[in-house]
Amino acid sequence: MIRIVATLYALRTVWALFLAFGLGALLIAVSGGNPLSAYSALIEGAFLDYWGISGTLVKMSPILLAGLAVILSLRGGLLNLGVEGQIYMGGLFSSSVALYVTGLPTLLHLVLAILAGALAGGVWGMIAGLLKAKRGINEVIVTLLLNFVAINLVSYFAGGPMMQEGAPYPYSEEIPEGLFLPIILPMTDAHLGVVLGVVLAVVLWVLLRSSTLGFGLDLVGRNPQAAHYAGVNVGHTVIMTMFLSGTLGGLAGSFEVLGLKHRLYHLFSAGFGFDGIVVAFMAQLNPLMSVVTAFFLSGLKSGALMMQRAIGLESTVVDAVIGIVIICVAASQAFVFKADQWRAWFSRRQRLDAALAAQPQETR
Amino acid sequence: MTAPALRLTGVGKLFGEFRALDAVDMTVTAGTIHSILGENGAGKTTLMNILYGLYEPEEGQVEVFGKPVSIPSPRAALDHGIGMIHQHFMLVDTLSVVENIILGLPGQGLRLSLDAHAEKIGALSRHYGFDINLHAPVWTLPMGMRQRVEILKALHREAQIIIFDEPTSILAPQEVDGLLQGLRRLRQEGKTVILITHKLEEVVAVADRITVMRSGRVVAEQPVAGLEKSDMARLMVGRDVALSSYDVERPEPGEVVLDARHLEATNSHGVPALKRVSFQIRAGEILGIAGVDGNGQSELAEVLTGMRHPDGGALTLKGTDLLPLTVDQRRHDAKISYIPEDRHHTGLVLDLPVWQNAALRDFRRSPFSWKGWLRPRRLREIAADWVKRYDVRLRGLDQAVRFLSGGNQQKLIFAREIEAGPTVMVVMQPTKGVDVGAIELIQRTILKARAQGVAILYISTELEHILAVADHVAVICGGQFTGILPRSEATLERVGSLMTGISETPEAA
Amino acid sequence: MDLAFLTDFLASSLRLSIPLVFAAIGVVWAERSGVFNIAIEGCILGGAFGAAIGTWWFGDPLGGLLMALVVAGLLGLLLGGLAVGLGIHQLVAGIAINLLVSGMTAYLARQILGASATAPLPGFGVWPIPLLSALPFVGPILFIQGPLAYLAYLAVPLAWWLLYRTPWGLLLRAAGDQPMAVDTAGVDVQRLRYVSVIGSSMLGGLGGAYIVLSQVHVFTENMSAGKGFIALGAVILGRWNPLGAAIACLAFGMADATQLRLQFGSPDIPYQLFSTLPFIAALVALVLMSGKVHAPAAVGKKFERSGK
Repeated sequence: MIRIVATLYALRTVWALFLAFGLGALLIAVSGGNPLSAYSALIEGAFLDYWGISGTLVKMSPILLAGLAVILSLRGGLLNLGVEGQIYMGGLFSSSVALYVTGLPTLLHLVLAILAGALAGGVWGMIAGLLKAKRGINEVIVTLLLNFVAINLVSYFAGGPMMQEGAPYPYSEEIPEGLFLPIILPMTDAHLGVVLGVVLAVVLWVLLRSSTLGFGLDLVGRNPQAAHYAGVNVGHTVIMTMFLSGTLGGLAGSFEVLGLKHRLYHLFSAGFGFDGIVVAFMAQLNPLMSVVTAFFLSGLKSGALMMQRAIGLESTVVDAVIGIVIICVAASQAFVFKADQWRAWFSRRQRLDAALAAQPQETR
Repeated sequence: MTAPALRLTGVGKLFGEFRALDAVDMTVTAGTIHSILGENGAGKTTLMNILYGLYEPEEGQVEVFGKPVSIPSPRAALDHGIGMIHQHFMLVDTLSVVENIILGLPGQGLRLSLDAHAEKIGALSRHYGFDINLHAPVWTLPMGMRQRVEILKALHREAQIIIFDEPTSILAPQEVDGLLQGLRRLRQEGKTVILITHKLEEVVAVADRITVMRSGRVVAEQPVAGLEKSDMARLMVGRDVALSSYDVERPEPGEVVLDARHLEATNSHGVPALKRVSFQIRAGEILGIAGVDGNGQSELAEVLTGMRHPDGGALTLKGTDLLPLTVDQRRHDAKISYIPEDRHHTGLVLDLPVWQNAALRDFRRSPFSWKGWLRPRRLREIAADWVKRYDVRLRGLDQAVRFLSGGNQQKLIFAREIEAGPTVMVVMQPTKGVDVGAIELIQRTILKARAQGVAILYISTELEHILAVADHVAVICGGQFTGILPRSEATLERVGSLMTGISETPEAA
Repeated sequence: MDLAFLTDFLASSLRLSIPLVFAAIGVVWAERSGVFNIAIEGCILGGAFGAAIGTWWFGDPLGGLLMALVVAGLLGLLLGGLAVGLGIHQLVAGIAINLLVSGMTAYLARQILGASATAPLPGFGVWPIPLLSALPFVGPILFIQGPLAYLAYLAVPLAWWLLYRTPWGLLLRAAGDQPMAVDTAGVDVQRLRYVSVIGSSMLGGLGGAYIVLSQVHVFTENMSAGKGFIALGAVILGRWNPLGAAIACLAFGMADATQLRLQFGSPDIPYQLFSTLPFIAALVALVLMSGKVHAPAAVGKKFERSGK
């Protein structure tokens, strides 16, 4: 019995999703749509054909990496809300290296472009880590503010020094074709980024689970005082965690430019950094699980336009539903299984049953 | 005959499956000092928290001055004239004394009138002979003063029944007399005082009646007059207790291992907490540090273990300078083990399973890990072995340590710190919040480590526990050592007077 | 620099700081009671949305103001439910609400306003205050403003008085520092925090209403544009004191006005570079103030009554 209850608790994210989609259906119905046809059009558009899947995988590359970035920071006890900014910095540096470094063998050039993006995101994230470790400044507000700086910086470069001559709106020249990330599904836009994301998810899972580095990071996240006691350098860990988390964000931006856009556009990330938060919480901070939740969330996003085309419902409804999802998933975090309480409750019920059985006549 | 101030019948309280209180009956006569005596975990504090509305009982009835009442919140308790002086003061450090006292006082209207209240509180304070600066921020006051603020808080709300939860645990022996005097004064004024304690002397000194509790039950309720201390102790523990001293051989101390000279440090508020502290510990020797809580003990332990940077002084281990070493280097290169005071926040990560907590100290070393990778199977074997040898009682290695009892948590920490084979051990408040059986085991474990030649610094506020094992006793007060005595000269009286700051060391001057 | 230019610059600084002032007072209120409110960003956006649809529905900016308060109040209730009631991580609850508001307002604005979304809405005009507005220099800066600006002038001293001069303010400050002391003094900490969070969010909503009803007269997606986060910075800079926070907001308003001037003054440089100025100003301020300020001790921690 206890085990059943424990399982019900473990699946709390699933219940939260059901609740969220129920509320979403209500929202669609109230605004005059048919929830059933909307959801089926959404699922069909996202998962049920070759083009749908490829669209989903395209979105999954940045969303999964952003999710991993958020997971890593939270496991280390930090909340990196600056993944969006790190994506922009990654995109900026990758495209700069792709466009302005010349004379390198293609493969080396590609690797260099990716590394530049990762490093830029890492440094951007590390600013918050440094300020936290050295000056005790709340990393949440720093990363949030840095987002706006990064977004505007990219807009400046895409619309200024890097802008293609005669472009109708801010974007750069196209990067050399040799630096495009390989396409994994022929005839579509689905690129290698998502595969690298999945590989990184596995790497992160293994690191957090079995390495001493991961264990130290986990200790800092759970109880910095105890980590200090255990000989872990808490300050260094904070800085490193924010750097690595930023690196993942930077990669997301880098892959977005090298794999899909092939230019630096202004406003090129549609809030992927924030989608990462949704992914991380749906996955309950498990990197392997985040592959599933990122696939799911990307599906919702990429299915939205198909849905709009199919049944004429505003595609932004999906953003609203995702908003409801994150609230429900966040709320579900509060429901933690407490074995002792449930055990007490069951044994109390058993006692009551026994007492009732002992005196069946009198109570009637 | 007037109604008793308080009458409890059949009060029961469950925490999950754990029965914290079982059919508790108790009657407190108005205008008396009634003591509730019991060991750690006997349920005293739980009972009082029920009276103060912090917990709700599952069973039983409470009557206040003859009227059956339910107390769902502290507000209700205050309305019934019940006030409580908690063991950990419920004061806001940043606010002044007056502000603390009138915090949440009903009927204040829209404007804060500090001056009008200050006048009334001042009168009350003078009436009871408290000498308090009412406008000082609370964090600037010493512990004894803060306790008076708490008492004034209850009196200003016209409490008739005042509960004191272990009020002497934070006081120096000399301050204790003042407090007990204050309790008598309250009785004189017609207040009913409930004194929760595990210290027999206090009961004998002031109480009219006692209720003795053991594992959630009342085992006796009777007048104090005519009771011997030994009777009370037997009632409390449930068996005859020999006053703790351990019949073990004292090894011949070896060379000086740890040498501290003029250590200085500031605490987290930036206030000097250690002033020119010097001592030596030899191999196979226990130096006890006695003192009232908060006199620099934690800072001393943290400086020794590398968790806090000292402002000055020297610290060497067998001649090597320790100060430049990090926490990790001190633990592994210098082989210092540390039993911290705060198990829950420092010594353990409560949500992690037992086997991972067992690896907390050495997870980056062989055999716990190999080239940066943890070895879970090896880890579990080691943890299982320790659990068996140190008698840690648990359901399984995967159980989160949160769910172990205080004593078992402490045994796990001891296993981890001793099995690392230390040269020096810093042991802080090892017996705090631990039941009697575990205390004995812990004390014996420490003695065994001494026999193996470990140099041990034993910090505790429980003087008797120090005296039971230490070879030398140093007394700390206001961040200074006021004296270091050999065990043979460390009488309760002498140590007690040192604890109030009367220095015997010429050097400290 | 001539006087007309300075007057104009200061007046626009003030106007730009008004939404920040509302939001910052709101944040002070919530954080002093022990709850982080990074949902203030969402509350500004929600307030702006409420103001737009309310005005559109009722054809009157007062209806907009009312709806702004209702929407932001509901968001406050939601934050209270998540962060105070359920006790989940306060920052996570806050960011979740921001995401919800961002998605919901985008969708609902298209649904409700539809084609009329870009048509300017009626707003509060300028209400010059007799006599005072005629004062040289300060008159045009301070006293030729909309009613919501005057409300902000009142809100700052009122918040200060409430916090430092009333018994309730004393409780509020204590709840953020040592909630157990409040609980044992017989006052319900949870209720206190609920009230604070809801009030805090409604103030954020006022900030959003000001943007729509007194500044831009339309609703656009994500129009809060980080103002809530700047307000969070202002609160730290102002040491959790309403007066200090308001002054910090004025400074950030000036940074904003400066960047707008620079945009117009040097059209050859892309404006985005200047747009980063308020955010960089907030970051620099945080760094300069670090180590000198301390947040309320219990902020971010959920309150649990513990007897032991």
